[in-house]
Amino acid sequence: MTNTSPGHTHQIDSETGKMGMWLFLFTELFLFGGLFLAYAVLRNTHSEGFHKAAAELDIFIGTINTVVLLMSSMTVAMSITALQKDNKRLAIRLLLATIFLAGVFMVNKYFEWSHKFEHHLWPGSEVYLNLERSEITFYGLYYMMTGLHALHVIIGAILLVVTIFRIKAGVQHSGHYVLLENSALYWHLVDLIWIFLFPLLYLIT
Amino acid sequence: MGKQDTYSHISYLEHKGRFKGIMSWLTSTDHKKIGLMYLYAIVVFFFVAAVLGVLMRIEKMNPGPDIMDAQTYNGIFTLHGVIMIFIVVIPGIAAVFGNFFLPIMIGAKDVAFPKLNLFSWYVYIIGAILGVLSQFAGDGPPDTGWTFYVPYAANSSTNVIFALTAAFVLGFSSILTGLNFIVTIHRLRAPGMTFFKMPLFPWSLYATAWIQILATPIVGITLLMVIAERVLHIGFFDPALGGDPLLFQHLFWIYSHPAVYVMILPAMGVVTEIFPTFSQKPVFGYGAIAISSLAIAVVGYFVWGHHMFTTGISYWSRWFFSFLTFIVAVPSAIKVFNWISTMYGGSIQMRPPLLYAISFIFLFLIGGFTGLTLGALATNVHVHDTSFVVAHFHYIIFGGMGFAFFAAMHYWFPKIYGRMYSDKMAYIAWGILFVGFNVLYFPLFILGLQGMPRRYFDYLPEYHNGHLISSIGAFITFTGLILMIGNLIYHRRRGVVAPSNPYQGVTLEWQIESPPTHENFETIPVIQNPPYLFKKTEK
Amino acid sequence: MKNGEKPHISSYTSHAIVLIALLALTFITVFVSEINFGAFSVGVALIVASVKAVTVLTYFMHLKFENRFTVWMVSGVFIVFALVIVITFIDYLLR
Repeated sequence: MTNTSPGHTHQIDSETGKMGMWLFLFTELFLFGGLFLAYAVLRNTHSEGFHKAAAELDIFIGTINTVVLLMSSMTVAMSITALQKDNKRLAIRLLLATIFLAGVFMVNKYFEWSHKFEHHLWPGSEVYLNLERSEITFYGLYYMMTGLHALHVIIGAILLVVTIFRIKAGVQHSGHYVLLENSALYWHLVDLIWIFLFPLLYLIT
Repeated sequence: MGKQDTYSHISYLEHKGRFKGIMSWLTSTDHKKIGLMYLYAIVVFFFVAAVLGVLMRIEKMNPGPDIMDAQTYNGIFTLHGVIMIFIVVIPGIAAVFGNFFLPIMIGAKDVAFPKLNLFSWYVYIIGAILGVLSQFAGDGPPDTGWTFYVPYAANSSTNVIFALTAAFVLGFSSILTGLNFIVTIHRLRAPGMTFFKMPLFPWSLYATAWIQILATPIVGITLLMVIAERVLHIGFFDPALGGDPLLFQHLFWIYSHPAVYVMILPAMGVVTEIFPTFSQKPVFGYGAIAISSLAIAVVGYFVWGHHMFTTGISYWSRWFFSFLTFIVAVPSAIKVFNWISTMYGGSIQMRPPLLYAISFIFLFLIGGFTGLTLGALATNVHVHDTSFVVAHFHYIIFGGMGFAFFAAMHYWFPKIYGRMYSDKMAYIAWGILFVGFNVLYFPLFILGLQGMPRRYFDYLPEYHNGHLISSIGAFITFTGLILMIGNLIYHRRRGVVAPSNPYQGVTLEWQIESPPTHENFETIPVIQNPPYLFKKTEK
Repeated sequence: MKNGEKPHISSYTSHAIVLIALLALTFITVFVSEINFGAFSVGVALIVASVKAVTVLTYFMHLKFENRFTVWMVSGVFIVFALVIVITFIDYLLR
């Protein structure tokens, strides 16, 4: 084990950086974990209303978005392989593909939300507050969970953009790619959370 | 791997970075300077909140309104709680002494992510400022108490959102510190220092950091949900919108109970350092203390429901939480046993740090045993939400964590500033503080048993004597605090120059210069022996 | 970099195979949700989701090739979270 303090070498070694990222991912998991717990409890109280409200969500859009995120997870994982094999161009292209898929996801999300907004169904609206109480909680959770998740998609995409610039600058290369690994880990987390959100919000009707 | 030629013997206090003056502090990624910046912020906020506490005691000196009305009182106890819990005691020992001494004690030059460390200090300051601003911005100071219980927190017309955001931001800072410490302990230990050759203060910080990482996000999302509920009328917790108020309490205590261990574990770590040094004897039961820190962290994570015994949670759940609450007392008792055994047969040197550490045990025991009273289902129903609870947690937080903090300040003062404080003054301050503390809080136990509710602005005439004694205690305590801090502040620059190892300690921080240099170690030590190996004491 | 050990390089094909498996699981879970299993439908959906999550963790997030401590940490964290849910439901289900 090397004992260089990063304060003096200005380069954090890969193991240290990755461990920090994993710990950070745990905090993210628990952040969503709180919401999952709330979902479980509220669903337990309002199972009928949850079924009814969940049936209103568009399974098709949800499935498309799942596929999109899974694919983006693969491209970002492949990008690490590419950089490890010293194929800088392919690595950058794969990252661009990932960002593109993130964009597709967000566009889908936008259509999904705006469709609801057309029906005046946003938290606090009159239609919303006149729903059954169980449906109010379902939509509340739906907006909170997908909204927070979408925020993470945006943050993840920004991280990937930064990574591209670092690869271009040659700071991240086949010998040192901890930033790429970490942003990939973060991106997989976004996928991981969606893997649970999708059945819980869309499928259980 | 420090380059020998660049090593300078200038202390970190005089080390010149890119900037001079205050900017050299505000931009420094040196863990020692960051630790001190936390210390100064915490001491300032501690005094703000302490003054608020004294104001509450003045108000309660006599029945009926004296110096404030009921709504102001609500605001003051909320602010007192928010500052003390989120700004003072949760970062407390870990952020100040953990930052300063963790890297030194494991033989590292800094924490794993120095920039992140500075960043988390800024996040902390932003959160603290938001917390204070909540008093002035918007529609009056929040009046929910630091627990933000919903539905009231979702409906109160006061400025709760600021306080919620402040707590959220402070939680984020706490997470980053914890993350940094775990990685530091895993990756930067000196060569040869295995986990079981590590001093016990780092051990306690390790356990603490895990709680910070795994519990804080839960309160983060909970506070966000309350904010969403206030702003957007999403029905998570408010029964009028289909929510579940008990869900809030579950989520809140999933964090806030472990948060108690975030405060007390580092405190235990500090006194574990102090006892061997002043007994000149290896710590008794090293492994037991190390493992019990982890055990407290693990078990303590799952006892949150004991705050909710009277809320109507299920019978089995009450049974379960009460049982685990008793279990978590076991590792704490193991520690107390080991501290006392460490002193047994040692050559005890009764210096101020040891005095504070011993009073820590005394007060912590009272707090701990009354905690069991509260953890027992039958007695809890009687004393729930009375001033018994207030007394209990002040004994743990102020008597436990607070006194350990003072012990740490005296213990490491010579290392931090390279000067000695006045022992005589420290003894006097300790005496006043210790007496004042007990006069202040002990009557609250009795009042609570008699049925005095907590957070009440007024009380029946029967309770007058108890409240009067308690208020007198508040003044004595405050005097003691002023004397103690004054002694330290005064001798920070003017004290006698301290040797590098004034107490004959054996852990790594005593093997380097006082104050430490910028890079801590000229050469990174290679560790062969377990910690706490004292030379046979010459009598 | 560390211990002179070379990092594991996953091949492109292995990533593609993992993706295909994940997509297959997704379609299964969507398809199954059309059939009503009653009380079990939540369980089925969650089991499939968990299998997917483990697959992502193992292959995409390279847990299979990480040191053992990381694997312990990750499993520990999931266990802690599961316990939190179970303990909360000791309250809700037994009221």
